[in-house]
Amino acid sequence: MSNEIELIKDPGLPAHVHRRADTDPKAAARAERQVAILFMLSALGTLLLIVSYLFIPEDIFFFIPVMGNTNAHQLGLGMGMAIALFCIGAGLIHWAKTLMPDEEVIAQRHEFKSDDEDRKDFVKTVKEGAASAGLGRRPLIKRTLGAALGLSAISPVLLLGDLGPLPGNQLKTTTWKKGTRLVTDPGDRPLRPSDLEVGAVAQTLPEIAPGEHRSLNDIAKDAVLLIRLRPEEFNLDAERLSWTHEGIIAFSKICSHMGCAVALYEQTTKHLLCPCHQSTFDVTRAAKVIFGPAARPLPQLAITVDAEGYLVAQAPFNEPVGPSFWERSA
Amino acid sequence: MTARERIAGNVAGYVDDRTGAAKWMKKNLTKVFPDHWSFLLGEICLYSFVILLLSGTFLTFWFDPSMREVIYEGSYEPLQGLEMSAAYASTLDISFEVRGGLLMRQIHHWAALIFMVGIVVHLMRVYFTGAFRKPREFNWIIGVGLLTLGIVEGFLGYSLPDDLLSGTGIRIAEAIIQALPVVGSYLAFFAFGGAFPGVAFIPRIYTVHVLLLPGIFLALITVHLMLVWYQKHTQFPGPGRTEKNVVGYPLMPVYMAKAGGFFFIVFGVTAFLGAVASINPIWLYGPYTPGQVSAGSQPDWYMGWLDGLVRMAPPLETVTFGYTISWNILIPGLILPGIMFTGLALYPFIESWATGDKREHHLLDRPRNAPTRTAIGAMALTFTLVSLINGGNDIIATTFDLTINQMMWFSRIAIIVLPPLAYVITKRLCLSLQRADRDLVLHGRETGRLVRMPNGEFTEIHEPISPEKAWLLTSHEQLAPLELPEYDGAGVRRPAAIKNKIRNRISRSMATAVPKATETERKELEGHH
Amino acid sequence: MKQLSRLRRHRAAGPILLIFALFTIGTTFQVASAVDQEETSIAARSAAIDEGREIFLKGCSSCHGLNAEGGEIAPSLIGVGAASVDFQVATGRMPMADMSQQAMRKAPVYSAEEVNALAMYVASLAPGPKVPTEEMLNYERDGSVAEGGELFRTNCAMCHNFAAQGGALTQGKYAPTLMGVEPRHIYEAMITGPQAMPVFSDKTITPEEKLSIIKWIKSVEAEPQLGGAALGRVGPVTEGLLVWTLGIGLLIGVAVWLAMKAK
Repeated sequence: MSNEIELIKDPGLPAHVHRRADTDPKAAARAERQVAILFMLSALGTLLLIVSYLFIPEDIFFFIPVMGNTNAHQLGLGMGMAIALFCIGAGLIHWAKTLMPDEEVIAQRHEFKSDDEDRKDFVKTVKEGAASAGLGRRPLIKRTLGAALGLSAISPVLLLGDLGPLPGNQLKTTTWKKGTRLVTDPGDRPLRPSDLEVGAVAQTLPEIAPGEHRSLNDIAKDAVLLIRLRPEEFNLDAERLSWTHEGIIAFSKICSHMGCAVALYEQTTKHLLCPCHQSTFDVTRAAKVIFGPAARPLPQLAITVDAEGYLVAQAPFNEPVGPSFWERSA
Repeated sequence: MTARERIAGNVAGYVDDRTGAAKWMKKNLTKVFPDHWSFLLGEICLYSFVILLLSGTFLTFWFDPSMREVIYEGSYEPLQGLEMSAAYASTLDISFEVRGGLLMRQIHHWAALIFMVGIVVHLMRVYFTGAFRKPREFNWIIGVGLLTLGIVEGFLGYSLPDDLLSGTGIRIAEAIIQALPVVGSYLAFFAFGGAFPGVAFIPRIYTVHVLLLPGIFLALITVHLMLVWYQKHTQFPGPGRTEKNVVGYPLMPVYMAKAGGFFFIVFGVTAFLGAVASINPIWLYGPYTPGQVSAGSQPDWYMGWLDGLVRMAPPLETVTFGYTISWNILIPGLILPGIMFTGLALYPFIESWATGDKREHHLLDRPRNAPTRTAIGAMALTFTLVSLINGGNDIIATTFDLTINQMMWFSRIAIIVLPPLAYVITKRLCLSLQRADRDLVLHGRETGRLVRMPNGEFTEIHEPISPEKAWLLTSHEQLAPLELPEYDGAGVRRPAAIKNKIRNRISRSMATAVPKATETERKELEGHH
Repeated sequence: MKQLSRLRRHRAAGPILLIFALFTIGTTFQVASAVDQEETSIAARSAAIDEGREIFLKGCSSCHGLNAEGGEIAPSLIGVGAASVDFQVATGRMPMADMSQQAMRKAPVYSAEEVNALAMYVASLAPGPKVPTEEMLNYERDGSVAEGGELFRTNCAMCHNFAAQGGALTQGKYAPTLMGVEPRHIYEAMITGPQAMPVFSDKTITPEEKLSIIKWIKSVEAEPQLGGAALGRVGPVTEGLLVWTLGIGLLIGVAVWLAMKAK
């Protein structure tokens, strides 16, 4: 900018304006009273908290508009605490604003940069220090130290090795085997095809021997959804059609995207929706993805009936269930 | 001297004899802090962190971080007799058997949400006023680190009760780990001690949630505050305020009372929310099992943008040489957040590189006077907001009679179209505000009163503005764009020619401004009248 | 014959004959009156079916066809059963207000008797699920609330949300809230699968289990606010909204007051 242009000047800090409490002793006394009232309100808040804790039973409810039927114990404790704390804060701030000095003070700043002399000295000290240790002159020490430090960094990584087992083929297998019965979840009742009418669904798991316990790890891989359609509604190739039984089709309930339970079945559209990320699958076309972020259909479980007429798996899943991973199709 | 003063003197003497603290204390007790409401946003974070430590410690007395299966026998009837993890059962016990336990749980969770809101609004204040510039770049990076860790810490806390909602969240986190190329399934098995969900995860994240991360938080917050203290707070421009001074109130007593009072205010407001509004009613969610899910499963708001990005991602997955890469998870779950947070952390350096400004700054910018920065900020906020909205698209759809498919397509298009639009609009808005400032200084305020001139013309009377106001509107400095040479003295293209050309162009954009009014112009105008 | 005449002269003959005669008369009377009752009930039923048919022709046939065989815009009602009619009409979903994605619950157009008549008419076309009786719906006695919650979370929560508040489905369809829905209608919805909802047969979820589900829904509905305002029981979205408005709003309000100079 050229020198001829004159900029607008800084008028400087405006003159201090006195508050009412600074000049009028009455106003100051009033402010003092207000602060005291706030502190007393706080004490009342604590009292409310004590009373609620000791004397209000936990099963008393009363109606408050907007909130509904509210627990008196919980509300008393919380409001008591809120009032007690808020009023201390409000009192302190009001005190500071009205009665403590409010004249603005100016402090000077200093540049953080050290002066050149100090900087030079610092660099010199570091150089001298390094030189006296002889790091540059003794390459053997430098290299071996570097190698030792680098190698020692392996140990924490190695020591964490027992955090978990290696995946092995755990991500690729489930409990389903040829002939495993599908039983209701919950209830563990085997199902016959006639138990499902057209338009019906059933949440199922593989049958377990009586007395055996089903772990969450198993449910996380084994959950299966049964859906019954009219056989003519399917739009499947011959192989997939042979995996259904009398219009009943079975899919893994674990989303192929991120593993949520996909079980929002719309009877009218024959669509399955995942509530987590809204991937939509078309049941008539072997759970083909028709909307949302999922990239793969839900794995289909081949089903048939056993000698007693109960629904069973024809074979294990022919692909890993659940979200993708690097070596999934390897 | 009263007895009390004598005792105080003795104690002070005792301490000073051993530490020499008197000199330091004397200087720092009168340290000056500028006053502005937006300077308290960081304090909201600090105080909610303290509330989190206090209420969190309370919760640890009863919480049992174990995935061991137990049968619930507590007082909440709709769950009696069900199998659940000890973590979930003990959270129910805190809610229903411990007096004040539910209140403390709610205070803890509300404080966590306020902590994250505080961080974001504080970050916005620092960004839009340019407070991150030299010498405060370190503190900016620490701040970005705290934001990132806050998201992780919050998510772990949300996961601990092992209810149906949080279990669904962990399931999704596991899928993100599992999607990492090459090491994904190994990392997932290490994190969970085997296949999902296993029995190791809750106890492990408990240690991280109550020990490791709070420790890192304490260290980072301490450094953050020490730097603020040492570098002195920035201040807004105004009469009497310069790059060389700080105008405000001394720590003792005014600022101590105000800041101390504000701690109680933050605690009080958090307790109020804990008293009147239910948060995370885990007894309604039920215990976690992988075969169940609830409609509208969402993360807490600070993760909502991430979930929104994952929802709108295209269904892309590739298999090359037999190895699967889930782009539909990696892009929204790791790559985009990585770009966002790296960009955020590096912004101070990018800006100073682009403007060539390497000086110290202690006076804040009014956002309109840095139009490009403000526009970039608006762009980033728009991006995050669209993602966040998509994270709740099912709730929004049912509330406003829309379809989730419409919401999703809106977001997919808006995430590309709206941020650049926000950039352009914000930049124009800033420039017209600058123009308005200039007019105000040169022509004064419009009074709305019309007068008839002797020649019969009507004009509106303009009232000159105060010198303080005029100074406020013109005190900022306007940077000239860089002019880095593309050719050296002999007319030969320099090796860095392309880099310099890009830098020149960016710096021209950064320097876009309406020339501010000057005294010379004012005088010239007066001469005309 | 001698034998007979001897019996006739037996001293017990008189009383036995009398008892026999009385018995015969009584039985005849009873049978006759029963037949009479059957006849009146059949008459009442056919009257109700006729009335139902009248209502159907006036209110429903334009979409569902003159013989309930269905049309382009509405499905056939043959075999849907009385339960389906009771659910759809008594909750006001049918007749539909407009041809939107999904019929909404609203104030019913027909009285209870009219709904009953309509249901009888549709049930007379072909057998289908029956309206559950009061005795069948005694969920307080026959249901278990904890088991109901477990069943609800596995079978219902993915659409109707964890607290039965409803949720979004595809293309604007939605699972409605179950708050304030009569137990009979919840039961009917499960056995008939109205609109997008699938059917839950008695073998996949037994009648007792259905009652448990109803009992759990009713207990959630009656549950008071244990932790303060429920914020719609839809999860973290409303919590985030509250903290971004009331929470940070209050705090910034106090901050502005704090930084303001006192007069």
